[in-house]
Amino acid sequence: MKFFQSPAAKRWGSLIALYAVVTVMTGPPGNQSSPTLGFTSSFSETVSFFGLFPAPRGLFFAGLFASVIGFIWLLRWSQTLKIDRFRREYSVALSELYQGVAQRRAARGGFYLVALGVAIVLPHLVTDPFWQQAMVSQIAIYVLLAIGLNVVVGFAGLLDLGFVAFYAIGAYTTAWITGALPAAAPFHIHLNPFWAIPIAIVFVMISGVLLGLPTLRLRGDYLAIVTLGFGEIVTIFLNNLYKITGGSTGSNQIPHFSVHLGPLKYVWGLDPVPYYYLTLAFVVVFLFAFSALEHSRVGRSWVAIREDEIAAESVGINPLKYKVIAFAIGAASAGFAGVITGGQSLFINPTTFTLSFSINILVLVIFGGMGSIIGVVIGSLIIQTLSMYLIHAQPAGFQNSDLYIYLGALLIAMMIFRPEGIWPSKRRRREIQFVEAGVEPDQRTDETRLNGESA
Amino acid sequence: MGGFFSFFSSHFATLGHEFWPLLVGGLATGFIYSMVAIGYTMVYGVLRLINFAHSEVFMTGGFASFFLTKWLVGSGTPSAWQSVLYVILGILAGGLAGAAIAAAVERVAYRPLRRRKAPKLAYLISAIGASYFLFNLAAKEFGRINFAMTQPFANHVLFTFANAPVQMLDVLTLFAGLLMLVGLDRLVSKTKLGRSIRAVAQDAETASLMGVNIDRTIAVTFVLGGFLGGAAGYLFGLKFGVVYTMGFTPALKAFTAAVLGGIGNLRGALIGGLLLGVVESMSVAFVNGAFIDVVSFAVLVLVLLVRPTGILGESLGRAA
Repeated sequence: MKFFQSPAAKRWGSLIALYAVVTVMTGPPGNQSSPTLGFTSSFSETVSFFGLFPAPRGLFFAGLFASVIGFIWLLRWSQTLKIDRFRREYSVALSELYQGVAQRRAARGGFYLVALGVAIVLPHLVTDPFWQQAMVSQIAIYVLLAIGLNVVVGFAGLLDLGFVAFYAIGAYTTAWITGALPAAAPFHIHLNPFWAIPIAIVFVMISGVLLGLPTLRLRGDYLAIVTLGFGEIVTIFLNNLYKITGGSTGSNQIPHFSVHLGPLKYVWGLDPVPYYYLTLAFVVVFLFAFSALEHSRVGRSWVAIREDEIAAESVGINPLKYKVIAFAIGAASAGFAGVITGGQSLFINPTTFTLSFSINILVLVIFGGMGSIIGVVIGSLIIQTLSMYLIHAQPAGFQNSDLYIYLGALLIAMMIFRPEGIWPSKRRRREIQFVEAGVEPDQRTDETRLNGESA
Repeated sequence: MGGFFSFFSSHFATLGHEFWPLLVGGLATGFIYSMVAIGYTMVYGVLRLINFAHSEVFMTGGFASFFLTKWLVGSGTPSAWQSVLYVILGILAGGLAGAAIAAAVERVAYRPLRRRKAPKLAYLISAIGASYFLFNLAAKEFGRINFAMTQPFANHVLFTFANAPVQMLDVLTLFAGLLMLVGLDRLVSKTKLGRSIRAVAQDAETASLMGVNIDRTIAVTFVLGGFLGGAAGYLFGLKFGVVYTMGFTPALKAFTAAVLGGIGNLRGALIGGLLLGVVESMSVAFVNGAFIDVVSFAVLVLVLLVRPTGILGESLGRAA
């Protein structure tokens, strides 16, 4: 009994469990008639052992794990590269890089300009049609959605799991305005999707406020489950109000975006590149707007509410009001992204608007770093590019739906090992550290030192 | 906007002569909601958190008992004694699988965060991650369609109550649900184990000073809630079949039931579940069948607006 409770046994136990989970997670699928097939063949199926000789998967993964552990041990034993020091140095280097970029105005501006320049020339460097399409519909739009959800989850600290509902409302409003739904367009005028932007934003904000008002005054976990339910309810309505939404077939063809301003005439077509630039322009606008918002009175009120709601209330901040504002702004950006998707993909139906979508966006925000705009952008780029790479390259044994499993695992792993995200907002990281160290909000100052921190 | 009226049902008159059948159906579903709601309420009692992965506990219970029943019954027709045995084994399989998954979720998604005293948002996110991970893994391993469960007994109409035919399955659900709910209630209110759960629910820090092992108590709470959730998955699966997404909607409703009765309150979960089951069942008279799920969502929002502490009030510590 003693042995099983020792730290070494626990470490080995979790390692073996991790090995089993990773092997099964990446393994071949099973089916209903033989439920154990997926598990057994995850270990028994023959794969190439690092390109050397054919071996069962179980052995291959054991080799993989053994080599990773062996590598770490080697580093420790040789003492030439201490892992801890390496880690400390890595994080110091990263934070220096971050501070160098973040704190010097010129450096920061330069960095953003270079990033923008790269984003502008990118579609001319990447000419593969898969990637050009993915850059619009799977990367740029997801960045837009992630920075919107970041306002809700990151800035205001509210867990919104029904983000997809607002996205769906945006997309369906576009279809309605342009006359692509069974429900007749307002006054039977078929407008261009550009007109849907203000209308969709108004619709989405109204539904956000209606949903938020009863729930935002309650505890945060209630909000999470109510938004989860709301996402589902919207899907039920989309699926079943045939005469309005077209049911499971969705909309007819939504027209493309177009501009007809006097001599200026342009129609976005099937080519994804013009849509990429359109989305990019909006991403830039939203980035500016949200970073201005972060440092505005509203943004500071969010920080105050997040850190200590009672104290915030006692200095005259109305928590409900600011939470509703955050919720509505987040919803508006989702609705906005819905409009672009509607115009770009032409056809929409309820299968796009599922829980998986909300979770996917949440993963982007968590991975990048809650409350850190730049982190969320970087996080979205990394995750979405990796996902698209896996879908495009189809490595042996990979099914597209496996991505969801990986994303779920990633959420848990981030919360265990790095809750502040890969590129954290300084403030948010500090907050998490304070909570974990048990420092009360009224004792938190810039001079407060946590355990292990040098003065 | 004429299409919107498809939301409302034209069966308003059915409420008159269908009242008893709807009541029986509603109570049977209500017991399932109650059993799942217990899991939410118990975890909420000790941790003040909603366990988002509880829907997957339900789903796993459904799948485990589905495979066991399929293997036991095979293609034959079980005799009366066999039926009884198979049902008991099915409940046990569902319950144990649910308990195992609940324990694993606690171990992986909750305990490391608790060690670090992580902020509340972190728990919610890791539980969501666990739920998402589990149901997608189930989809991968078992396929993505709804499987009808092999019936371990012939679902005869046993007797007629008023004008409601009462089937074997309804009786089983009522009986098994009541037995487990009462059993759990006794366990929490009478045994030493139950006392430690209540102690942690009231004040974890003081409880640990009094010698209660907090980690173990929390794990036990997950296991007990998981057992009932998994067993409920079996009873649900007998009627509606099993599919990897089967946990989502019932769990949302069970959560509504828990809030309706007063979250953290065991008897509240029972009352809330039954009430929600009946309300939902009766609402076919007003709302078109496809929109039934909207009703319980409306109930949830309404309860949160009007009386967020539920019918019996919150807290596991005192009420149980």
